Amino acid sequence: MKLLGKYVDKGMQGNVTLMPEESEDMWHAFNLISEGDSVRSTTIRKVQNETATGSSTSSRVRTTLTIAVESIDFDTQACVLRLKGRNIEENQYVKMGAYHTLDLELNRKFELRKPEWDTIALERIEMACDPTQSADVAAVVMQEGLAHVCLITASMTLVRSKIEVSIPRKRKGSVQQHEKGLAKFYEQVMQSILRHVNFDVVKCVLIASPGFVRDQFYDYMFQQAVKMDYKLLLDNKSKFMLVHASSGFKHSLKEVLQDPAVLAKMSDTKAAGEVKALEQFYMMLQCEPAKAFYGKKHVLQAAESQAIETLLISDNLFRCQDVNLRKEYVNLVESVRDAGGEVKIFSSMHISGEQLAQLTGIAALLRFPMPELEDSDDDDDEDGAAGGAASDSD
Amino acid sequence: MSRHRIVRTMDYNDEYDGYDDIYGHSVEDDHLSISPTDAQQWLYDRARGQQSISAFISKNKDIQEEEDDEDEEAAFEKARRDSESFQMPQLDEIEQAKLSSCVDEVRSVVGDAVSERRIVETSMKFDYDMQKILDEILNEETAKKSSAKPAASRIKVPAAPAPVLPKSTSKTAPTPPPKISLKEPRRGFEIPSPKVPSSPSVSGRNTPVDIGGDDISRSSATLFKVSKEQALRNARQLYEKERADQKSHIHMIVIGHVDAGKSTLMGHLLYDTGNVSQRVMHKHEQESKKLGKQSFMYAWVLDETGEERARGITMDVGQSRIETKTKIVTLLDAPGHKDFIPNMISGATQADVALLVVDATRGEFESGFELGGQTREHAILVRSLGVNQLGVIINKLDTVGWSQERFTEIVTKLKSFLKQAGFKESDVSFTPCSGLTGENLTKKAQEPALTSWYNGPHLLDVIEKFKIPERAIDRPLRMSVSDIYKGTGSGFCISGRVETGVLCLNDKVLVGASREQAQVKSLAMNDFPQTSVFAGDQVSVTLPALDINNVAVGCIICDPQTPIPVTTRFQARIIVFNVKVPITMGFPVLLHHQSLIEPAVVSKLTASIHKSTGEVVKKKPRCLGNNSCALVELETSRPICIERYADFKELGRVMLRVAGVTIAAGMVTKIR
Repeated sequence: MKLLGKYVDKGMQGNVTLMPEESEDMWHAFNLISEGDSVRSTTIRKVQNETATGSSTSSRVRTTLTIAVESIDFDTQACVLRLKGRNIEENQYVKMGAYHTLDLELNRKFELRKPEWDTIALERIEMACDPTQSADVAAVVMQEGLAHVCLITASMTLVRSKIEVSIPRKRKGSVQQHEKGLAKFYEQVMQSILRHVNFDVVKCVLIASPGFVRDQFYDYMFQQAVKMDYKLLLDNKSKFMLVHASSGFKHSLKEVLQDPAVLAKMSDTKAAGEVKALEQFYMMLQCEPAKAFYGKKHVLQAAESQAIETLLISDNLFRCQDVNLRKEYVNLVESVRDAGGEVKIFSSMHISGEQLAQLTGIAALLRFPMPELEDSDDDDDEDGAAGGAASDSD
Repeated sequence: MSRHRIVRTMDYNDEYDGYDDIYGHSVEDDHLSISPTDAQQWLYDRARGQQSISAFISKNKDIQEEEDDEDEEAAFEKARRDSESFQMPQLDEIEQAKLSSCVDEVRSVVGDAVSERRIVETSMKFDYDMQKILDEILNEETAKKSSAKPAASRIKVPAAPAPVLPKSTSKTAPTPPPKISLKEPRRGFEIPSPKVPSSPSVSGRNTPVDIGGDDISRSSATLFKVSKEQALRNARQLYEKERADQKSHIHMIVIGHVDAGKSTLMGHLLYDTGNVSQRVMHKHEQESKKLGKQSFMYAWVLDETGEERARGITMDVGQSRIETKTKIVTLLDAPGHKDFIPNMISGATQADVALLVVDATRGEFESGFELGGQTREHAILVRSLGVNQLGVIINKLDTVGWSQERFTEIVTKLKSFLKQAGFKESDVSFTPCSGLTGENLTKKAQEPALTSWYNGPHLLDVIEKFKIPERAIDRPLRMSVSDIYKGTGSGFCISGRVETGVLCLNDKVLVGASREQAQVKSLAMNDFPQTSVFAGDQVSVTLPALDINNVAVGCIICDPQTPIPVTTRFQARIIVFNVKVPITMGFPVLLHHQSLIEPAVVSKLTASIHKSTGEVVKKKPRCLGNNSCALVELETSRPICIERYADFKELGRVMLRVAGVTIAAGMVTKIR
């Protein structure tokens, strides 16, 4: 993302001009824009003209519109962001108050005006415009008969393809079927890597599996690459890395990102950092349950007594439509920072973020044990927060 | 993209006509006459629904998500029944008219308390004679009420017949029930759930045979179109007729730490019992010698794939069978390596009894038994999967000179552990032997060092002594699919174990969560064609006209008359094992159910309960630590077939695993 202009006054009012450069920036834009903001961008609009005689013609014009956003739609797979709202600046084609849906496009700037910019939003802009953060990794988690080809970017994990093949078991006297099924499966995974992994961008391809599946697959792939002369694979052989994972399901990516060898190579990306932070939380919950809490109510209470050392919060909480609720979370984050605590905002598109979102979306590690929080249980507040988080995430 | 074309000469109208429909930059700008509010009426706005939910939640914090009491149970019961559908019998017009007037009249007398099906059946039975029908139904009702009381002491009382709902709540069954007849207007009526057997915790044996048969036959007339034989079949009689002169079948799984010698032991046993020819054995010997792994020659009998032989470990469950004097035993040789435990679990779900092989070599036993070894995990797994009888084989005793001290040391260590794991002492036996030399396998021990202190049974004797578990033949058919492969004939074969009930040639069945209907074309057991198979059998079935994409390993084949519930959410009572991190809500796990492995999320911790008394210790605990016991709710991403433990013991067990470690075992208590 490129920051082209920023005018935010002391009252935190103002506008920012941004230009998305890659698909991941759409995700940042999705997190930045909330309902009630106004967005100005160029778009195509179909305009109908009626002549004096009554015949009408319609034509498409490219025009610049400013809309007050009413609903936001993000397609995670295609990384397309759609904003729907009413026009608030009349021009020769579009009347005031007419509805329009803006498709934010790559390499076309847009101007975002918010009634109030908070720290979370400003931070998000900073993060999105930081070029050092982009480290793309492709990962293939597989087991016999199941593989996920994923793309891990700084703030998103995208499942590019899921391959499910039923492989006949070995049975007495006929192992050929089993081996044939395996070969077919490996072929599909290899084709999917060729199709979905862009080796110009991707720095490293992780192949993770239980047992020996990864080794078998690796051997198969390069045998085929030599046989069929797949230059792309042969040239990038050094980018492949074999890691252990316990299964071929998506959430074993978490294990992959915790692997020390992977950590060394990925040099602490956001994805790996998040996995580590969540792991720490669970360890604390096991060892000293009075120092680890989750759920909005508990965390707020802990924040009141300035007990929070590390706050884990999922970014889907900031995407809620309710302005007051968002403000509440922003205040929480600020108060924790003021008290010298650390705040980690998880991307809900990562595996660990998904898990945190399920875990009410908010969790905290405390400086000192607060067993009194544990006793003040038995009401339904947690449920409400959980329900909200669950309905928010997709 | 328009930038790359000659835009000046282009007619925009033509060019963009279709484009607009697909991409819809601005949806309503074609018709400026439509006002935004009008448009809103016709447009689907995804965000609107979400907004209302979150707005609701944030504004109504004091409303509890749901009530945790009896109503919920009733709702569960109801939902469960919704997954089954009621079919009206096929009648001609006059009959139909008679029937409907009859039903109406009966309704006016008895009200909604009696199900439609019941009325229809009774009406047909008595040829639309009002007096008789009413008598029958009212008598039945009073009888039911009195008989319902004793059942109340069981785990769950089947709810009284609920009022008829015209519409089924589709939450339980995301896929619509399969289409059976096109002109059938009334599908999805409430019917009473299949009668829960009076003692659900024991296998179906205890249900009196005649009542069970009667029940099935009555419902069959109306439910799904199945052949008359299938509907009226008396399973027990058929079983006795078919299997009276045969030896009984038993499935035995061989478990233990990696390199304990499981495959070698089984290979040698197969060789000694004459199931492997001299020629094949010689070939294995020569080939293994070439690779410098002669000690693996017996293991190669079961480890057939190239990968397994090259690496010298079992990766998937190997299957083979031997015949003893009284039994036909199917050997399941499980892999011992940690990474292949999912395969071992799918094997263990098919097993009746287990052999636990331990390595007696100094250091090896310890590494396999102490924390991190598979000896413990395997034993606990098979126990939680319902295996009660265990034969412990102390293998490789020749490496320690058949020392009695070592034997007793291992036995005492294992005994206390197995007791903790829940095995009864009387069901566990300990046998010393050597898989490689073949000592004490099929013949009495001859080694003087061993005979000096051991005079017990040999391995084959141990197998002989296993008791045959009771098979639930009288229950509706359930078969779990463990493998799909290309058969010799046309189409593909589905192999798996019949958990309960009977399956015959030409039977109609429902397959998997999509509930596709199919007819059994051929049945085979160990490559021998059969006309009928029974609970406990390992069979392969050919179902023609079935889409291969609709079956997967782990799905359940069931009886069309009493189909298995399909759900994405259910409640289970779990026992947490040793875990590194506690279980919280939102915890992602892998759910193992029979051969099925499916990712799931612990969506709610309902209550933690006391391990032995079953009392609720704490409602909505924050997390579940080591060795705790709790009621949790699990949610899968795809619908799965599952049964309550109370209804079908075999299909109500689940295992939860995370990162290659089994974290909990559970029993399904409620299905949503």
